[in-house]
Amino acid sequence: MIVFEAVSYTYPGGVRAIKSVSLEIRGGEFVGLIGHSGAGKTTLAKLAVGLLKPQEGRVLVDGVDTRRAAVSDLARRVGYVFQNPDLMLFSRTIFDEVAFGLRNLGVPEGEVRERVLRALEEVDLAHKPLDTPPHALSFGERHRLAIASVLAMEPMAIILDEPTTGLDYGRCLKLFEVLRRVRDSGRAVVLITHDLDLLARYADRVVVLEAGRVVRDGPARSVLGDVEFLREHGFIPTQVVMLSRELGLSALTPREAALEIRARLARAGENA
Amino acid sequence: MGAAAVEVEGLYARYAASPDWVLRGVNLEVRRGEMLVLMGPSGCGKSTLLNVMAGLMPSIIPGRVEGRVVVDGVDVLREGWRGLVGRVGIAYQNPEVQVITRSVYEELAMAPENLGLPREEVVRRVEWALDAMGLRGYEHRDPQALSGGEKQLVAIASVLTMRPRILLLDEPTSMLDHRGTRMVLEAIASLKERAGLTVIVAEHRVEWAVEVADRVAVMCDGRIVLEGTPEEVFSRVEEVRSLGVRPPGVAEVAYELARMGLETRVPVRLGDAVRVFRGAGL
Repeated sequence: MIVFEAVSYTYPGGVRAIKSVSLEIRGGEFVGLIGHSGAGKTTLAKLAVGLLKPQEGRVLVDGVDTRRAAVSDLARRVGYVFQNPDLMLFSRTIFDEVAFGLRNLGVPEGEVRERVLRALEEVDLAHKPLDTPPHALSFGERHRLAIASVLAMEPMAIILDEPTTGLDYGRCLKLFEVLRRVRDSGRAVVLITHDLDLLARYADRVVVLEAGRVVRDGPARSVLGDVEFLREHGFIPTQVVMLSRELGLSALTPREAALEIRARLARAGENA
Repeated sequence: MGAAAVEVEGLYARYAASPDWVLRGVNLEVRRGEMLVLMGPSGCGKSTLLNVMAGLMPSIIPGRVEGRVVVDGVDVLREGWRGLVGRVGIAYQNPEVQVITRSVYEELAMAPENLGLPREEVVRRVEWALDAMGLRGYEHRDPQALSGGEKQLVAIASVLTMRPRILLLDEPTSMLDHRGTRMVLEAIASLKERAGLTVIVAEHRVEWAVEVADRVAVMCDGRIVLEGTPEEVFSRVEEVRSLGVRPPGVAEVAYELARMGLETRVPVRLGDAVRVFRGAGL
């Protein structure tokens, strides 16, 4: 779906932000992209949507080389949600906001309406009147509106840059539930975040970027459960992962830990 | 002067531009030397409460404030921020906008110099703040070239040069990566231990908060709705979650076990959790 082949990118100022990255993002996959500030996460995201073009290697989106495709063409295949939703919202109503990209593509108005309603439904904004001005929504709702306008384009992949900044826990969970449904529908979700706890609950795979290189890429369980690796690279493991380590469990989430503890207690009961 | 560092009674506050009260009857007492962590969903009033306690609102930030707020013995609403100079310091979430000079040393010397303190006292305070925040070796570095976490340490250190007795921190790690977060949180924890300051911090990283907080207050819709030791607050997993606050992972483990019919004490810290679950027969 999105394939990076030995991709390098250097900014005009000379900063080599991405160094020979090879990576494949597949449909139906929820990928967490983690790394410290300056690791190259946002650059990688912009390369994936064709906002930046690699100087070395190539990025293929649905088989199309991003260097040979227009950004508008790529936008139909892979959507990018900025860290700050307000940079993306400019229409007078939430309907027009979500319809904007579709109208640009010349989609017939009847189909526009259908796709807008479906997208608003997907992000749990279907209850809002369609003429609501975007600025009348809360920050969390504006974020989901930005996601709806990306989803309306029916991309095969959606990339979100630190969507949890400024969201409290309740709103984070709501957002992640929305993203899980997107993943379940067969599309790929790539999420840039520092929140390892939420990734532990939702991500299938975690990619770790450090100084422009991929230093780890694997199932969420193997990456987020690897306390030594996380510490060595400056990440703070979650409390549940630390608990698992102390008790010799393999749990990543509270529910998994509880199930393992219960199973152990049951075995201990039988042996007693 | 009583034992309380901060006393807040029936506090109401609204910004000049806000249609409704942002704080609606806050009552809070913070004892000297205590670390209180303020939590709650976005928009619940944490920042407003800190701004009032810092004496900034309504003196500098326009708005209307009613109720009684006594900070370090000063009646804030009567005396305004001037009465609080040298008593209270506040640092914010974005270190980028708080750091302005060309060297860390200059940055830290600026506030005490502006107070017109004698040279030796300025030096003494800068040295103390450097030590308190673990910034030895950074004296001649350009603040702009530091990482986000380092900038935040400098921002907090420059507040410390005013030798406040009460330090207020508004989400000091929310814009930092893990390295920066760890750096700042460890510095704050050691600050409380070493300097005996009263610290009130709005912070959403619960798994850290429970390790260092003496007390936690959870706000919702402009009021404090839950308050107590970290154990008292976070053992109420469902209630905390319904307020939009993340419970510590180990408390959620106990909550899940209880739902499976296995009641245990609800731990909130990692060390407690290991003891509780081992004690349960693991």
